[in-house]
Amino acid sequence: MGERAAARASVEAMFREEYGRLLASLVHRFGDLDLAEEVASEAVEAALVHWPVDGVPDRPGAWLLTTARRKAVDRLRRDRAYAARLAVMQVEADRAVPAPPPEAGDDLPDERLRLFFTCAHPALPAEDRAALTLRCLAGLTTPEVARAFLVPTATMAQRIVRAKKKIRQARIPFRVPGADELPERLPGVLGVLYSVFTEGYAASSGPDLQRPDVAEEAIRLARILHRLLPAEREVTGLLALMLLVHARRDARTAPDGSPVLLDEQDRSRWDRPMVEEGLGLVPVALTGGPPGPYGVQAAIAALHDEAADAASTDWPQIVALYDVLLALTASPVVALNRAVAVAMRDGPRAGLALLDELADEPRLRGHHPYPMARADLLHRLGRHAEAADAYRQALDLAGTDAERTLLRRRLTQVTDQH
Amino acid sequence: MKYMLLIQTPPTSDPTTIESQCTVEDWITYDKSVRDAGILVDSHSLADLTTATTVRVDAAGERHITTDGPFAETREYLGGYYVIDVPDLDAALDWAARCPGARDGSVVVRPVSDEY
Repeated sequence: MGERAAARASVEAMFREEYGRLLASLVHRFGDLDLAEEVASEAVEAALVHWPVDGVPDRPGAWLLTTARRKAVDRLRRDRAYAARLAVMQVEADRAVPAPPPEAGDDLPDERLRLFFTCAHPALPAEDRAALTLRCLAGLTTPEVARAFLVPTATMAQRIVRAKKKIRQARIPFRVPGADELPERLPGVLGVLYSVFTEGYAASSGPDLQRPDVAEEAIRLARILHRLLPAEREVTGLLALMLLVHARRDARTAPDGSPVLLDEQDRSRWDRPMVEEGLGLVPVALTGGPPGPYGVQAAIAALHDEAADAASTDWPQIVALYDVLLALTASPVVALNRAVAVAMRDGPRAGLALLDELADEPRLRGHHPYPMARADLLHRLGRHAEAADAYRQALDLAGTDAERTLLRRRLTQVTDQH
Repeated sequence: MKYMLLIQTPPTSDPTTIESQCTVEDWITYDKSVRDAGILVDSHSLADLTTATTVRVDAAGERHITTDGPFAETREYLGGYYVIDVPDLDAALDWAARCPGARDGSVVVRPVSDEY
């Protein structure tokens, strides 16, 4: 890499942090995502030309915003029809939501919260919401977003164009929902961040078990959201959950790339500062009102992270938290995890009985952790032939090579004992 | 911004919806609130699907006239519509959610195109 390219890369990394803020301000000012993206990238290009010569300005964010605004005004001057259309939209938008008074002393107010809600709007297809959030708020390029979801760049580009077209043509507003709408709308935003995290934590397909860079983008976005909505306990809970789970990343993969499950992980390799940060957030997420699903999941992750090993883990407390979670979400995957926790508390026979009750659950069909959990318990009960069958079922369903490696190893163990 | 709210009525043969949840009074109240809000552009309810007639003209220019027959209402069908003028999609979705048709069946919200 040449000196110029190196300088460019470091400046671009800095822009990635500023990008969401810049874009959100421009969207708020001009009411149009396409125009905002266009002039935001033009401003970044201008900075790459001027800053190496003139030096980095005192307030880089304000410099970028001013430059981008000027370029937008130029653009609108050249294209009067476009300007007229935007002006009409702006007038109508102001009719819908009276403009808040400008914040004194802050020349670059943070408008990102609006953009979070627009990108995660329920009128957009679920698969588009995460893509748009990574594009607009994490500042990822379209090829980077495509890599995060393991789809071809052209497919992702189409998806982003489609989503932006719907925002423009159906006029999905750039606004923060009112306090009365927030309980309905916030879970959608959290769901987007969680889906990005999950894609990084447990890749749905491909050669690698986990992709830490994708999980870290989700954490970065959750931190931003947490700063913007510090009083929302489920935002705190989601950030805590991500930190407490991501802290185990180095211990989750064996040298051959296969997964190492919680009970076999070398806990000295967990990221202690990250665990501590997560533990500090859990009480905040769980106090001051009824618990939410992310707060409860964070509490479960915290009990694992605090324990020295699987045997000394507080399984009765974990089962109790799964009971709460099941009451909140009624998900068969939660029921599956609860059954595994019951097996740790009361023994494999009790866990297996609960798992067998889930046998006809359609949402667990095709979900490899179900036959795998059954296989592990059958193995512990010495029912090796049945365990081998269940491992084979799980092998057929597993999506990544890394998971298949682990399952093959376990299958060999039971067939040797058989 | 204009949006059309397409009121999708469930099939009348569906036993779960025979007892309609919404009364005529609900519709009158909703209609009045749309008018009072000053957002109404146009609105009609449509006659029974059994009265519908379909016309197609083939490549040779010949007319083909068909009708769905007496058992037409076995699937969701368009029962009526509103065209409203509101600032954005959130406002349109709010009005759609308040529509009695959203409880009995569903309401599809379509922006009216401003491109030609």
